[in-house]
Amino acid sequence: MTAATTASAARPISSVRLPGLAILLVLASAAVMAGLVLLPLFVVFHDAFAKGVGKYLDSIRDPDAISAIKLTLLVASIAVPLNAVFGVAAAWCIAKFEFRGKSALLTLIDLPFSMSPVVSGLVWVLLFGAQGWFGTWLIDHDVKIIFATTGLVLATILVTFPFVARELIPLMQDQGADEESAALTLGAGGFTTFFRITLPNIRWALLYGVLLCNARAMGEFGAVSVVSGHIRGLTTTLPLHVEVLYNDYDFVGAFAAASLLASLGLITLVLKTGLEWRHAGELAANRRH
Amino acid sequence: MTKLLPSRRAMMAGAVAAAPFLAGKAFADTAPITLLNVSYDPTRELYKDINTAFAAYWKGKTGQVLDIKQSHGGSGKQARAVIDGLQADVVTLALAGDIDEISERAKLLPANWQSRLPNNSTPYTSTIVFLVRKGNPKAIRDWADLVKPGVGVITPNPKTSGGARWAYLAAFAYGSKQGGAAGGKDYITKLFKNVPVLGAGARDATTTFAQRNIGDVLLSWENEAFLTIDEFGPNFEIVYPSSSILAEPPVALLDKNVDRHKTRTVATGYLNFLYSPAAQELIGKHHYRPRNPAAAAKYASGLKNIPMVTIDQAFGGWKKATATHFAEGALFDQIYKPA
Repeated sequence: MTAATTASAARPISSVRLPGLAILLVLASAAVMAGLVLLPLFVVFHDAFAKGVGKYLDSIRDPDAISAIKLTLLVASIAVPLNAVFGVAAAWCIAKFEFRGKSALLTLIDLPFSMSPVVSGLVWVLLFGAQGWFGTWLIDHDVKIIFATTGLVLATILVTFPFVARELIPLMQDQGADEESAALTLGAGGFTTFFRITLPNIRWALLYGVLLCNARAMGEFGAVSVVSGHIRGLTTTLPLHVEVLYNDYDFVGAFAAASLLASLGLITLVLKTGLEWRHAGELAANRRH
Repeated sequence: MTKLLPSRRAMMAGAVAAAPFLAGKAFADTAPITLLNVSYDPTRELYKDINTAFAAYWKGKTGQVLDIKQSHGGSGKQARAVIDGLQADVVTLALAGDIDEISERAKLLPANWQSRLPNNSTPYTSTIVFLVRKGNPKAIRDWADLVKPGVGVITPNPKTSGGARWAYLAAFAYGSKQGGAAGGKDYITKLFKNVPVLGAGARDATTTFAQRNIGDVLLSWENEAFLTIDEFGPNFEIVYPSSSILAEPPVALLDKNVDRHKTRTVATGYLNFLYSPAAQELIGKHHYRPRNPAAAAKYASGLKNIPMVTIDQAFGGWKKATATHFAEGALFDQIYKPA
């Protein structure tokens, strides 16, 4: 998907002449976009400020909201770096080496994409819940995983597992192992090769993957909902906080929290577009040929 | 210089960690005690008030500062979370059957838990009423009107919601008054044909009805119906049917959890506080039916007295009712086919 978007974005649009029907289609899709994307976005901010800026700030400064923001940042700041490291390792391993079971590993990495997030949450309950495989041991040793921050982190890691790896694998496969081989034959060690050759080659794609991974990690609802326990001010992340407030009939509060998530989405979008614009060549494998 | 940073940070951390010990007992006493109340859906506002009142009362009595945490959702779903390890000190759920499940499956409290507090461990009662749109455009007066063609009935899923179980049983009791168990089955079969969507909890169903404008009538907790009118103004009306069910939402202390958290004293105090005049007053204010005669009398004018069946008389208790109606493959599964 990314490859396709970058390819079309990078092509100079002015040189393409659009026949009448195509213009109609463009207008129609623009209208659909406005209705489905811009309108809800407008509604979020409109309702967030429905009772004025003061109320908006009050809802954001509410202790439960602050705790939800902190928790969301904490979960993302653990899950995203771990998945970045994992993603680079997996992509390195898959792109630069030949081994049996490679396609099985690829499928495994993709699994969270095809799995409902609810399942990604539920597996942790089945493993670490009080009635789960390790439940009794965990309770006896007073280790909290489910319905605590650890569970939220685990669920988030599982859901955002493929983002970085998926971004890097096609690029690294396309780059091949020639430069690394050259470095190795010239006497560089494994670490030097990685940090001097491989990492600089993939840095923008890595950043791109981390960006997407982070957006999903902060916005995830289904998987964290299963393992949260919904304790206000303790285990509710920002998306869960939105649900809690909405159900409390605190619509200004709910939309204020939602506006933070929407802003995060907008920032991600701007950074993503910037990356695509500046570093299209280093992001997508197919643009190198 | 930079190399010094970690050790300096470590020293800071050490100082912070040591502070409570240096400050001694006085400091330890002011560290708040956390208490987790896992409750059902419509009690959000009630327990917010009760928690504030109890924290003040407890501080005056013992000097201890409390941090009372709340979690809300469909009663059955909440019970499931507690069984899966949600560390509740007390549960305040919609029906005794859900706490029985916790006792049976997770063994967190003894089977006779309901006899440990007054009034079967239910500090207040409530019932199921109808909430209709302003002017009652579909002329809904009683249960019989709910099964007419073209009437959209909103109720949450009896599998996950306690309020929905009470509503289902109230409906079944009405049906069986007309024609025994067969009449009950016949009535709820027709009733659930008119249910377009099942929410997970009472609050879900209320927002579906009130905020998203779906359906003509909401089968609602009495307290939730009054709250909806408080929140959304006069766009809705409450209709009392000719008969309903006496809903008894119970409270219980989870022995294993409070012993692990060393919160037994405060958790016991919390549950006893629910029976105090101060809490009973708040219960009445939030449109529940208080057990305390004074509070009940004060708020009686708003609530109508209608004939109510009880779970024990009409259904032989929750154990039997669950097995007959709500267990996997039981009556509800037989009659409800999602559209």
